[in-house]
Amino acid sequence: MPEFEHLWSPIKLTLELATLTTILLLCVGTPIAWWLARSRAPWKEAVAAVVALPLVLPPTVLGFYLLLLLGPNGPGGTIGSLFGLRSLAFTFEGLVIGSVIYSMPFVVQPIRNAFEAFGDRPLEVAATLRASDWDAFWSVALPLARPGFLTGAVLGFAHTVGEFGVVLMIGGNIPGETKVLSVAIYDYVETLQWAQAHVLAGGMLLFSFAVILSVMLVEKRLGRIGR
Amino acid sequence: MKADRAAIEARFSGPLGAFHIDVAFTAPGYGVTALFGPSGCGKTTVLRCIAGLNRLSGKLRVDGELWQDDASGTFLKTYQRRIGYVFQEASLFPHLSVRDNLLYGARRAKEDGPAPISLDDAVTMLGIGHLLDRAPGALSGGERQRVAIGRALLSRPRVLLMDEPLAALDRMTKEEILPYLEALRENLSIPIFYVSHDMSEVERLADTLVLLDKGRVAALGPLSELQSDPALPLLRMPEAAVMLEARISAIDEHYALTSLDIAGGTLVVPGRRGSPGKRCRIRISASDVAFVRGPVPETSVLNYLPVRIVSITPPSGDDPQLNLVAALGEDGSGARIVGRITRKSRDVLRLEPGAEVYAQIKSVALLS
Repeated sequence: MPEFEHLWSPIKLTLELATLTTILLLCVGTPIAWWLARSRAPWKEAVAAVVALPLVLPPTVLGFYLLLLLGPNGPGGTIGSLFGLRSLAFTFEGLVIGSVIYSMPFVVQPIRNAFEAFGDRPLEVAATLRASDWDAFWSVALPLARPGFLTGAVLGFAHTVGEFGVVLMIGGNIPGETKVLSVAIYDYVETLQWAQAHVLAGGMLLFSFAVILSVMLVEKRLGRIGR
Repeated sequence: MKADRAAIEARFSGPLGAFHIDVAFTAPGYGVTALFGPSGCGKTTVLRCIAGLNRLSGKLRVDGELWQDDASGTFLKTYQRRIGYVFQEASLFPHLSVRDNLLYGARRAKEDGPAPISLDDAVTMLGIGHLLDRAPGALSGGERQRVAIGRALLSRPRVLLMDEPLAALDRMTKEEILPYLEALRENLSIPIFYVSHDMSEVERLADTLVLLDKGRVAALGPLSELQSDPALPLLRMPEAAVMLEARISAIDEHYALTSLDIAGGTLVVPGRRGSPGKRCRIRISASDVAFVRGPVPETSVLNYLPVRIVSITPPSGDDPQLNLVAALGEDGSGARIVGRITRKSRDVLRLEPGAEVYAQIKSVALLS
């Protein structure tokens, strides 16, 4: 079926984007979640609100600012010029940056909740058992927060797969570079290629259902073991 | 010999809720030192300061090592202090097996010289051998607390800190754990600090008592001395009693009676309570002691001991009875016991400090 062959490119691109974004989000989001969970700074909720902004902001607004940020006249353009790029907008790298920001709350919130759920006691116990803060973080906090990490990773991945507005604003529609699934579906519908749209849309439907179901099952199971 | 070495010199001051903590004490480097007082008196805070979990200003020296000294800016973090800490809730790590919980501290304290106890010995002493491969969630409350005690011991502590380790447990479970704590006291060479608001635990375990009241040290000394000190509130409690060290001296096989030597006298208790030479703790409650003038009457009470009255102090509040402290032995050089008398008894029997009378002890409780 030659007419479906070019469907693979947006799927592959989307999976690459979502995987990379999730990995980056776990690296960036974990310290933020830890700080939000443990800090006593009075302004920490303001930081939490900034992290949560993408939840309520229209993706086009976020995309607009990202466009300015990543474009040739913004800091993104400056950074891009170091690598010989005129701008980070309309590149895969730009998409990754945008996705990290856009999906941040979906990763930070569950991890923060998990860190808060076990309180101070396990860390105090670890300290009395000669574990330094860093040691206790790896040997106690991370394992205890595992359900939160799983939820955060899955939600971050799924949310990145499903993003559309931000991609349209900062990514455009460059095949193999920024043309991800959601944009491809839009494209096929615009050009009345219903068969291809059906395959991609139906696939997304199944994928999303599987994601939600597995998160719920995993949380239920870990919750039972953890307590 | 370790007896003269002070294990802990502590001085802490700072705000605690509604009042101010201001404590200074030197505790011995052996045996069990109980931090005792009503809820909210600051005893847990003091323990947490020793552990470095809380920080008040002050100075702390443990076993010759400076852990905190504001003058020189010294403050070791909790993980740098060689302590074992047992919390009120066992707080086992739910993601680790019992074995890995036990070894969590042990693995991190490897370079700290010899362990006071090996894994095998700790497991045997605490009776947790059959639990090693289980998950903490599958244990009973008492089992969990025993594992927590073992985990603390295996981190090679110089001092074991216990914060009301029995308070969250029901009576049955408490009784199940107390013998293990007694075994710790007998078998370990490290000092134990034991926070409690329950005198019955203190009587069974403590050698030294630090009496705390509203953030201050009201008294510090050997448990039985403080229990019979008329200036302290312990004597005025309804359940006033003294704990005495005793040694089994003889067994009467015919009547099934056990004789116990205490300082200044011998007591007889029913039952065969062990072999001669065995040491134990006994408790004599103030409400079980009566005072008698003159020749010993014929009575069913077995324990009749000459005593010399040390003090008679007025009651507190609306308690009509007087608190009486007496020393065993005709010369009054033996252990002190406490009792309650009415004002009428005092007048009829002409009881006064220095008087030589007999104490009739209706019952003696063996604590261990």
